[in-house]
Amino acid sequence: MTERQDWEQWDLPTEAWLRSERGSEGWPRSLQLEVTVRVLFPTVLVFSVYLLLAGHHAPGGGFSGGLVAGLAFVLRYVAGGSVELASAARIKPPAVIGAGLSVAVLTALVPVAFGHPVLASTHWEWHVAGFGDVKLATNLFFDIGVYLLIVGLVLDLLRSLGAGIETRDLEREQERERRRAEEERR
Amino acid sequence: MLIAIAALVATAAVLPAVARRWGRAAFAVGSVVVLATLGLALVRYTAGYRTESLAWAPVAGLEFTVRLDALALLMTVLVSGIGAVVLAYFTRYASRGEEGIGRDAAVLVLFAGAMLGLVLADDVLSLYLFWELTSICSFLLVGGNGLKGEARRAAKQALLVTILGGLAMLLGLILLGTAAGTFRVSELVASPPGGGVAVAGIVLVLVGVFTKSAQLPFHPWLPAAMVAPTPVSAYLHAAAMVKAGVYLVARLAPAFAERPVWWVPLVVIGLATMVLGGWRALRQHDLKLLLAFGTVSQLGFLLVLLAVGTYTAALAGAALLLAHGLFKSALFLTAGVIDTRAGTRDVRELSGLGRRWPLLAACATLAAASMAGLPPLVGFVAKEAAFKAFTHADPRSALVLVGVLAGSVLTVAYTLRFLIGAFGGRGAEPGEVGRPGVVLTTAVAVPVAASVVLGVAPGVAELLAGDYAGVFGAATYHLELWHGFTPPLLESAIVLAAGYLLYRRTAAATRAGAALPGVLDAQRGYRAAVVGLEALARGVTSRLQTGSLPAYVGIILVTVIGVPAVGLLTGPIEQLSPRAWNSALQLPLTVLALAAAATVPFARRRLTAVLLTGLVGYAIGGVFLVVGAPDLALAQVLVETLTLVVFVFVLRRFPPAFRRVERESPLRHRTRLVVACAGGAFVALLTLVFSSLRERPSEAGAAYVASAKDEAGATNVVNAIIVDFRALDTLGEITVLLVAATGAASLGLAARSARRRALPTADGDRGQREDEEVTA
Repeated sequence: MTERQDWEQWDLPTEAWLRSERGSEGWPRSLQLEVTVRVLFPTVLVFSVYLLLAGHHAPGGGFSGGLVAGLAFVLRYVAGGSVELASAARIKPPAVIGAGLSVAVLTALVPVAFGHPVLASTHWEWHVAGFGDVKLATNLFFDIGVYLLIVGLVLDLLRSLGAGIETRDLEREQERERRRAEEERR
Repeated sequence: MLIAIAALVATAAVLPAVARRWGRAAFAVGSVVVLATLGLALVRYTAGYRTESLAWAPVAGLEFTVRLDALALLMTVLVSGIGAVVLAYFTRYASRGEEGIGRDAAVLVLFAGAMLGLVLADDVLSLYLFWELTSICSFLLVGGNGLKGEARRAAKQALLVTILGGLAMLLGLILLGTAAGTFRVSELVASPPGGGVAVAGIVLVLVGVFTKSAQLPFHPWLPAAMVAPTPVSAYLHAAAMVKAGVYLVARLAPAFAERPVWWVPLVVIGLATMVLGGWRALRQHDLKLLLAFGTVSQLGFLLVLLAVGTYTAALAGAALLLAHGLFKSALFLTAGVIDTRAGTRDVRELSGLGRRWPLLAACATLAAASMAGLPPLVGFVAKEAAFKAFTHADPRSALVLVGVLAGSVLTVAYTLRFLIGAFGGRGAEPGEVGRPGVVLTTAVAVPVAASVVLGVAPGVAELLAGDYAGVFGAATYHLELWHGFTPPLLESAIVLAAGYLLYRRTAAATRAGAALPGVLDAQRGYRAAVVGLEALARGVTSRLQTGSLPAYVGIILVTVIGVPAVGLLTGPIEQLSPRAWNSALQLPLTVLALAAAATVPFARRRLTAVLLTGLVGYAIGGVFLVVGAPDLALAQVLVETLTLVVFVFVLRRFPPAFRRVERESPLRHRTRLVVACAGGAFVALLTLVFSSLRERPSEAGAAYVASAKDEAGATNVVNAIIVDFRALDTLGEITVLLVAATGAASLGLAARSARRRALPTADGDRGQREDEEVTA
């Protein structure tokens, strides 16, 4: 029975691609902005990864890449408020920050296991036929840690300063409505 | 042995997952791993293994060295052996499906790893690190899931007291290490430093010892920590945590035993603690509290023995260290069985358990006999040696002997109180008492069996204890069960008889003890200290953190102007030869930045001001780009954007326009104006001076440029510096970012949760209780 239902509903969208018009909170919404941001969002994220990887030879690096990715989330938040942000990032920001620092610290400690000092780095180059030269420097992982931490930092800011304040406004509004209702009852 | 420490830490990391899947079996896994480390230590020691070293930051001369000598092995036997017994015991002590099994198992194994690291470490900094790690582990274990207020308070007290001592000890160790020119413990002991610095260092180290080993006046944290589960208490008392202080004294005694600054405080405080702890133990009704004060007393005894630095005393100390670990773990585990299976551990309510559980009672009796110093147990052998060490004609020995004898009399008395309180009585209780079970009884029996074996064959204990004591001189005494009719035997007999008499008169003694004046109540002292500290913090904070943003910015600006200005004006200034511009594009960008900056003070609305400030930032980013720093320009523009966004978030909560300034006094307004102008002018001047002083790239910069491609594999030098050459700086910076983000998020979310707590919700009364606890 349930399998049959699953089969019939397999192509139902698991999430709303755009939120319905009946939003519960009073955030002035712009459809154009929301759609544009939804389209831009993956592109900006890819660009941030490009910045992260290109940092070794061109302007960029984990810090700039992380900021660009963070700004992508800022765009989502500005366009659609905290609900839109929640649909863009499901992981809790502190976990992202912690993961970033952990990656950086682990990268720093790994050389010790091979008898090198902390934070020592090395790099390899391979020639992949038909593709070209591929280079991997171990300090890239350190940069990935920085990237993650910055992304988490921006998400955390959005959560506490953005969404936090927004919730507070909502709470106050509810409080006001409750009081008005009480007065009317009297 | 590095692998043993690493294995314990790794096991601790996976145990929560094991516990989620298999429940109480996690303790068994931990027990096996801990036991394996003991086996490894024994094999390595007999194979002649001594030191091993891991250079983790050779450039800074930092390495982690482990050393396995007789003392370290003795401690390892305690830490790993008793650790394995306690973990095995925990498999049945915890009830099936209980919450927190994973946490307790993981922290206990980590605790064992930290203690192992502590006793094996041969450099003072690693030693300190592990020392604090044990404090944190005990905090986590005592605090449990953090839901009980009593447990939280006890955990906090343990942490505050031992960390305070730990910091003092760190300072002392650094002083000693600097004076001796080495941070290796073995080298420090071989050639101890002298002079006033060493005296200060010793005193500070002793503060650490006294807090960690619960000596007067820091002892109350140990009885308070009895809120922890009993196996945790057993481990805390028998092998870990409090034994760290004893270990440090044993480790450093060969270097400092002859100096009065070392032995006088240790002997005086040790004896006082021994007597007071015994006295307090005699008044307890709770079995665990009785044992806790007993530990306080025994720790004082151990410190006295290990501090004085004679062969016999050191031998007795090492033997007693072993004996105490064995009998105290057995007794605590017994108390745990009674608590879980009989439902209480109050001696006034227990009755007749001896006849119900004969095997457990027999084990506990043997352990208690070892504590009281009855033959043929290892406690007797050690105590004989201790009496022998101080049975000399000189006044110092005689005084110490009197104290030790008094403490021992009390020990005998509270041992009887424990044993008869726990197992005595006719047993008229209804039959709702459970059975102890095989695992729990075996866990109690193992250390008891070891006590008997070591008592009958004291030569085994002397293998290690004698080896350790050998640094103090030739072997003039041997651990024996029977020495013939000697003064120590007479003293033992007197102690036992007097202890029995004292126990018979416990009622009178308790009444006398109740008259202990409140001034001597150390717990009251701790509370007063904490309350005073909080009041001080409140006072300082309310004066420094006034909450006025203009005042903060003003103070920062005045400092920025004041401090470097002195250097700038007094230092040699070569002629300034600023170039007007490097690129023509700089000109319009600079004009834009200046115009935006000049407009900011005239902005009426907050948002306008923020946007104009942002414009300044973007213009400066443009300048960076023009003069050839694309990395810097990218970061500048991105950060500027983020700052703008954050500003806008915050500004939503503010009124749109600035407060009108007419209400402000003109003097204040003018002061602000002057400070702001002076700050801007000064920073501009500073930039001018700095930028014209550097005429060509610095040597460090040139070196970075030269080696970026080969060493970091990067052609972008800026990135190479960030992630490779100065990666440690970056690591520090991102850690600061993490702390700042956590702080900002807490501040942003705190107000919300505070309001939510005040709202009358379903869990409102819980929140209220929380508040009351905070104020209490």
